[in-house]
Amino acid sequence: MTQPLLEIRNATKVFGGGFLHKGEKTVALDNFNLTISGSPATITTIAGESGSGKTTLANAVLGFLSPTSGQIFFKGRDVSTLRGQQLLEYRRDVQAIFQDPYEVYNPFYRVKHIFDLVIGRFRLARNRQAARDLIEEALKVVGLRGEEVLEKFPHQLSGGQRQRMMVARAYLLKPSLIVADEPVSMIDASLRAMILHIMLKLRNEQGISFLYITHDLSTAYQISDEIYILYQGATAEKGDTRQVIENPHHPYVQLLINSIPVPDPQQPWGSRIELPSEEELRTHTASGCRFYPRCSHRMDGCLTAQPPLYTVGEGGHEAACYLYESKSMTLPHPASEFREQAVLRPSSQFDIRKAKL
Amino acid sequence: MALTTASPLGKALDTPRLNSKLLIGLGLITFILLLSFLGPVVWDVRLARAASTPLNLPPAWVVGGTWAHPLGTESMGRDMLSLVITGAPASLRVGFIAAGIGMLVGILLGFTAGFLGGWIDAVIRTVADAVLTIPALAVLIVIAAFVRALTVEHMALLLALFAWPGPTRLIRAQVLTLRERGYVRMARLSGASTGSIMFKEMMPNLLPYLAASLVGNVSAAILAATSLEALGLGPARIPTLGMTIFHAIRGAAILRDMWWWWGFPIIVLVIIFIGLFLVAIGLDEIANPRLRKAKPA
Amino acid sequence: MTMVITRDTLASTALLDVRGLRVHYDTPSGDVIAVNGVDFQVRPGETVGLVGESGCGKTTLAMAILRLVQPPGRIVDGEVLLEGTDVVRLSEGRLRELRWRKLALIPQGAMNSLNPVMRIKDQIGDAILTHEGRQAKPGLRERIIKLLSLVGLPSRVYTMYPHELSGGMKQRVCIAMAIALNPPLIIADEPTSALDVVVQRLVGQTLLEVKKSLGMAMILIGHDMGLQAQLVDRLAIMYAGNIVENAPVNSAFAEPLHPYTQLLIASIPSIKERKPLRLTEGLTHDLRRPPPGCVFQFRCPQVMERCRTVVPPLRELKPNHFAACHLYHDLRMPNDAAPAGNS
Repeated sequence: MTQPLLEIRNATKVFGGGFLHKGEKTVALDNFNLTISGSPATITTIAGESGSGKTTLANAVLGFLSPTSGQIFFKGRDVSTLRGQQLLEYRRDVQAIFQDPYEVYNPFYRVKHIFDLVIGRFRLARNRQAARDLIEEALKVVGLRGEEVLEKFPHQLSGGQRQRMMVARAYLLKPSLIVADEPVSMIDASLRAMILHIMLKLRNEQGISFLYITHDLSTAYQISDEIYILYQGATAEKGDTRQVIENPHHPYVQLLINSIPVPDPQQPWGSRIELPSEEELRTHTASGCRFYPRCSHRMDGCLTAQPPLYTVGEGGHEAACYLYESKSMTLPHPASEFREQAVLRPSSQFDIRKAKL
Repeated sequence: MALTTASPLGKALDTPRLNSKLLIGLGLITFILLLSFLGPVVWDVRLARAASTPLNLPPAWVVGGTWAHPLGTESMGRDMLSLVITGAPASLRVGFIAAGIGMLVGILLGFTAGFLGGWIDAVIRTVADAVLTIPALAVLIVIAAFVRALTVEHMALLLALFAWPGPTRLIRAQVLTLRERGYVRMARLSGASTGSIMFKEMMPNLLPYLAASLVGNVSAAILAATSLEALGLGPARIPTLGMTIFHAIRGAAILRDMWWWWGFPIIVLVIIFIGLFLVAIGLDEIANPRLRKAKPA
Repeated sequence: MTMVITRDTLASTALLDVRGLRVHYDTPSGDVIAVNGVDFQVRPGETVGLVGESGCGKTTLAMAILRLVQPPGRIVDGEVLLEGTDVVRLSEGRLRELRWRKLALIPQGAMNSLNPVMRIKDQIGDAILTHEGRQAKPGLRERIIKLLSLVGLPSRVYTMYPHELSGGMKQRVCIAMAIALNPPLIIADEPTSALDVVVQRLVGQTLLEVKKSLGMAMILIGHDMGLQAQLVDRLAIMYAGNIVENAPVNSAFAEPLHPYTQLLIASIPSIKERKPLRLTEGLTHDLRRPPPGCVFQFRCPQVMERCRTVVPPLRELKPNHFAACHLYHDLRMPNDAAPAGNS
């Protein structure tokens, strides 16, 4: 059994609360675990809303910050110990695509600067022509032609073109892993398929694995193999993407999926929801399940400790919820029925202070 | 779909009202430069030495003046036009050297502080802030009073002592902002070295700010230098504009109604300041396109 | 593209009637045609969704309706009749009276434009006082608290600062500001674009409830078809400055007539089943030089010869369902006059 491509063990990241910082500390990641095997190549989604810790995770994997505790292993080596030549190799083997397709370009240079940077740094080509060939090949994979785009400035290309060029740049280095942090959320809905299609192509034809960070479960459902859904720094549910999305077990995940607007006017959102107030959210839980204030199935036992991941289905499908503590317990929402039932008690009152959840 | 084909620089330069401020400002400075370089060619600047001319002649267009000394002469027998021709470049030189040194130090310290952060940043920042609070002119006066026989270059060095904190803070602030930009992160992901990031990624985007800041500093340096000179603390042998003013004050020019003695140096200084000011705001507008107001329809 | 049929019957009941609106942007290399002769109406109490990709002109259209187009953009032609008054030709003074009282805007990124140093009560208060004058002062506090409760915010928010609120709460404050003077029409430009899915549902819900209790009409601009399906009564699809389809939302989703609408609907990723991804290009032509004929011809999977040269008029192809496409050229409706603009 070969070593996994990426392995994250009990990674925790705490911001603030130190000697020099005033203000409370935020736990961005809490004992997070993840494994990407790498062969065959897979697309693993880290899904979550803002504040879930997914961006922190991406930054940690890319080496922009180091975890407060826990470790990140890439091909067996601890990322935080890499120096010099090893670090350079890591940079080559792990690439990234970011959310904003404009910001990633230096407005002072033409777009081909992004290729020149990596070709020069990693000495990928011996001369101008070889470099040009390399770039053309990468552009072809994303459906662009060098003569159309290379000499332009960033503001002269469309968002979709710029993002595709970023993918081409990542591909140029033939990495083993690409961290894609919300690659399509700033692109028009109708044009996203293009980028997602390229990601699939790179996985299938080039054997590149992806860590796909997003808040959009629909796109994850379309392309991803495995999914980890984070809530406030901890994994709420994980497993095979289709299983998790078709058959969600964690109340938060159920809420999330129910909130996705169905593009069919005949199928409205469902019952009214409310969010608890800021204080209620903040004073929630020093210990215990973080979703407690919003959960309609909460029980007393939920506050004792963070629920561990329990197996709820095959293929590594796990959910962190005490509802599934004992296997003999009847699942409150048998999978096939969950969509028809209102998960949250409808409320007829506007006043959030009185919201009973 | 391309709406323009120009580079950012080209885009900036071909704004419809090609930055009239910049043009006028550059025009004024060019005038001064022409005065400085062509002046000695067309006029005899040895007349700037004492006792070369009849005394106290008013300018040519006033009764009693002569075209041999179009701007008049003063009580030590020096021709005003020559004084102005030799004084202007001296003032400019002081300004540019002092501001230039200040900018170089500022770049060095600003980048270091902004990029490295931590205690290095804290130290640099504190020292810069401290120096900023020192009343520069007062200190300079004291120093200049002790260190006599200065040349223009010495003056510039003296002024540079106080010229570096401003650029340091400016550059540090810009570096802190730029450090989080997407393309800087991209450069890090591409394995670029710190130096390469600073100079190839950040610096080009800082150029307009640096230029505007430099020009502003030149103005400030010239003003400080002139102030010192007007108090008599400048280079004794070189007839800078400030020293001329000093002599005018000492020679009771105001009492004697010899306005041309202090008047022309001041006019030249004003032209320099206005010119530099316009160049600075012109550059500012290029750097920050939002300042380029389009007139409402 | 001009409408050919019975607009008059609609116009007489319309709250907002846009006719032949054209907006151009002045660039060094020629005029960019952002809005190309658009006709559309909003009836009282109706929510119309304006959908299209970036660059299709939907925000420009909204700005033009409010006369907020900034240079280098300018309104070149057309009328915008709000309750019968042509906004385009109004004086600045009359326009100011109209804004906020008859027509309010929730601009894109509104929640980030809240003044960070003013409390919520002052910001909403400002909006009311500016447009209603000093006489609104008495009773202002009650009014603001009532507005906050209308959008589902607790009265504590009254004294808070923007940074103390979450994204969804800030957006709801912006909605409260827009409804403050009870205008008959609100334009909301991508009101949920930066929000998480659950918060998006919350804000969408709020918009629906507000609409129900105050009975106002709304133009909802966006590019998320799923969201539009949930929130609007009528859908207007824009492409490259033209409205290509305009239909009741049920009809638009059940039977989209224009190929572009079909493409938009097909490219929505489904959460119910895995389908192969539907790929498409973005805007394919230069907005300075729209092609002769149909503006969608380069991307249309069903393009015909006729499309290259003749501009398809926006016609009523089914009851109340309009589309501009030559595929239906031979379809004759009882209300058709002899179609204009054809060869």
